[in-house]
Amino acid sequence: MDTKKCFHCGLDIDVKEEIIFDEKSFCCSGCKTVYEIFSDNGLSNYYDFENAPGATPQDIKGKYDFLDNETIVAKLLDFKEEDTHIVSLYIPHIHCSSCIWILENLNKLQEGISSSQVNFSKKKVRIVFNPEQITLKTIVHILSSIGYEPYISLENYEEKKQGISRELTYKLGVAFFCFGNVMLLSFPEYFDVDEFWLDKYKGFFRWLIFVLSLPSFLYAASGYYVSAWKSIKSGMLNIDIPIALGLIVMFIRSTVDIVFGFGQGFFDSLTGLVFFMLLGRLFQQKTYNFLSFERDFKSYFPIAVTKITSDKEEVSVPVYDIEKGDRLLIRNQELIPVDGILISTETDIDYSFVTGEAVPINKKSGDKVFAGGRQAGSVIEMEVLHSVSQSYLTQLWSNAAFAKKEARDYKTMTDTISRYFTPSILIIAILTFIYWLFIDANIAFNVFTAVLIVACPCALALSAPFTLGNVLRIMGKQKLYLKNATVIEQMAKIDTIVFDKTGTITTNKKAAIVYEGAELSSQEEKIIKNILRGSNHPLSRRLYDFLPVQEQESVIGFEEITGKGIQGGVDGYFIKIGSATFVGLEAIQSLQTSVHIVINETYKGKYVFDNQYREGLELLFEKLVINNYQLKILSGDNEGERDALGALLPTGTELVFNQKPEEKLAFIEQLQKEGKNVMMIGDGLNDAGALAQSNVGISISENVNVFSPACDGILDAEQFKKIGFFLRFSKNAVKTIKISFTLSLLYNAVGLSFAISGVLSPLAAAILMPLSTITIVSFVTIVSNYYAKNSEKA
Amino acid sequence: MSVIYLLISISIVVAIGFFFAFVKAVKSGQYDDDYTPSVRMLFDDELKESKTNPKSNNNR
Repeated sequence: MDTKKCFHCGLDIDVKEEIIFDEKSFCCSGCKTVYEIFSDNGLSNYYDFENAPGATPQDIKGKYDFLDNETIVAKLLDFKEEDTHIVSLYIPHIHCSSCIWILENLNKLQEGISSSQVNFSKKKVRIVFNPEQITLKTIVHILSSIGYEPYISLENYEEKKQGISRELTYKLGVAFFCFGNVMLLSFPEYFDVDEFWLDKYKGFFRWLIFVLSLPSFLYAASGYYVSAWKSIKSGMLNIDIPIALGLIVMFIRSTVDIVFGFGQGFFDSLTGLVFFMLLGRLFQQKTYNFLSFERDFKSYFPIAVTKITSDKEEVSVPVYDIEKGDRLLIRNQELIPVDGILISTETDIDYSFVTGEAVPINKKSGDKVFAGGRQAGSVIEMEVLHSVSQSYLTQLWSNAAFAKKEARDYKTMTDTISRYFTPSILIIAILTFIYWLFIDANIAFNVFTAVLIVACPCALALSAPFTLGNVLRIMGKQKLYLKNATVIEQMAKIDTIVFDKTGTITTNKKAAIVYEGAELSSQEEKIIKNILRGSNHPLSRRLYDFLPVQEQESVIGFEEITGKGIQGGVDGYFIKIGSATFVGLEAIQSLQTSVHIVINETYKGKYVFDNQYREGLELLFEKLVINNYQLKILSGDNEGERDALGALLPTGTELVFNQKPEEKLAFIEQLQKEGKNVMMIGDGLNDAGALAQSNVGISISENVNVFSPACDGILDAEQFKKIGFFLRFSKNAVKTIKISFTLSLLYNAVGLSFAISGVLSPLAAAILMPLSTITIVSFVTIVSNYYAKNSEKA
Repeated sequence: MSVIYLLISISIVVAIGFFFAFVKAVKSGQYDDDYTPSVRMLFDDELKESKTNPKSNNNR
């Protein structure tokens, strides 16, 4: 076999279709055209950065006609002035340095574009162009023609331009600036206090340190005060209270110290603490910019649809402008945006996205069609019944139950521990204060503050962020992208896993059907197809679609025996199609679904349906059962595959079929009421409610850049078999945090013993605090990396 | 007036100067995308080369 790869897109080339151009092979004329465009414009360097970086341009005829509409274009633009327009487009295909290069050289490809800039991590390109020379539509067409089709949806249309939050970067900068300078200036006093020169400038140095620590104390650490105040108000003691308390006490004590000349104060530890803690925040704040976890139906909806006006003209109108009674034109593979009535004679509509039902539904003229279906026939016309906001799908989405519960209080481990930590610290501080009052009232204040300072749970507060941040990154490399770090803690608690069927444990790719047995004549194939026409069973439909088109014959005595098969007479033949028992064979346990054929009482053979289950499914389920997870399958599909699934899955797996989106949600809710911690793994819009309701909602995606409903994490479909690993890893991560909690509490105990005995010097504090932080951080990083390797092997 | 006051003041001024440079850099968005620029800087040479490419007839 010739395994040549396309020079442009890297796909295998079918020998028959190979196109040789400029001594290079291409898989299709699309790829060749892109190459031609690039080489004509001196942009062939595109191929130097990466091997076969391109994508085959898709046919986009008419798809972007809505960009002729001025109001739509105006909504999409970031910036608009007489001769300068700026637009940011999301391009899913951006994936390598060649992409950046070509997209930033668009101005050489097309006149009118003055510059373009790629943001790789967001997969966006920002294009500055002159509207007098070029329109947005032309730009989109050019991008599509070179294989970089932008993705424009209703979400872009509504999107409020939000500024990027750079607060943390500023705070970190301020904290580091203060920390560095304060450290430098405090250094002399660490060594020799009685030296002449040092003594002379002591006051100056101390006040300088005081001034330098102000921005750190007041600005950089402000988040902790706010959060501490909030948690006091709500009556929940979180870790920020002892931190804020420690910081404030540290500042007051240090100020008192330098005002009265007692010593140099703890400004060095203070600024160091703030810096390290902010660093922890930054580390935990790993986000996957190019993914969106908060999508709703808007990101799937087109911006505009084709409307047929009363004088038979086709115009693009924004989806929101559709009114009741309008006539719309929906092309093949377009999404139906509103509820309506079909006017064209017949079409198939694929509702898999809404209901999970895999088989397209046939609709006849006059039937109601609902928003969210994908049109699978040729062009259709429909009349609008409801506007977008009143359509079923929108209503469903606005349903309160479908909103992701932000307020769902989840207590992190750190919060739990700080509930005990904060009161005990206060008690210890007060007790020592009273104790020292009897012995030496002069240093009682010093000891009291020293306790609060040294107890400041910096290392404690850092163990969770660093562990989880690291785990988040490791999982990200393995292609499980989690929304935030708390999800990992929740994953560790999961005891029940609910899988969606279609698209989750099965792949979306079309399954192959293979015939085994005595060869069928074309006459026999014809009668099989004719018999199948009458049946609505999913397998019949698939087999029907698989067989070549034949002329129609009338069927006599057609009968469908539920759960077994169909039979009937055509053209003098009597045919039975169905399960092994139905045709009189012995039932064999097999994982493959097959349909047996008997013509005139002679057994001919069987059609074997390749089960479309994901690779490694059985092994994964087996492992999960061993690890005491309860497994459940929740499907929007009918019961057609119950037996096949039952045979494939470990015994005890609950299978529930015919679930509407609301019912899926209720199912999860019921499990949670029983005290289960549920992880839902799903894919389509139909799972959205269940994903939101579950403790952890993971959405499976064949292409992580494109579609996924609102969820806590997105898993690349190819990594499906690794779910067991991720669960185990999250458990280990929690174990790591627990160990590091113990470690940091030990540090606290050591510090406290200094403080209680009244010998805590600023130098000791300045050493102890960073030391505890660094050991904790390196400990959790090393251990979580170790677990990542270890859990993978297991 | 000892020279140390002068030196310290100068050093603080320099430090503050750098600090403002940092703030300006953040404001202009330099910290928003930490990947693309690292790739982009490698392109400059290639760009010149392709400008002189005799094939490029579309250049303005």
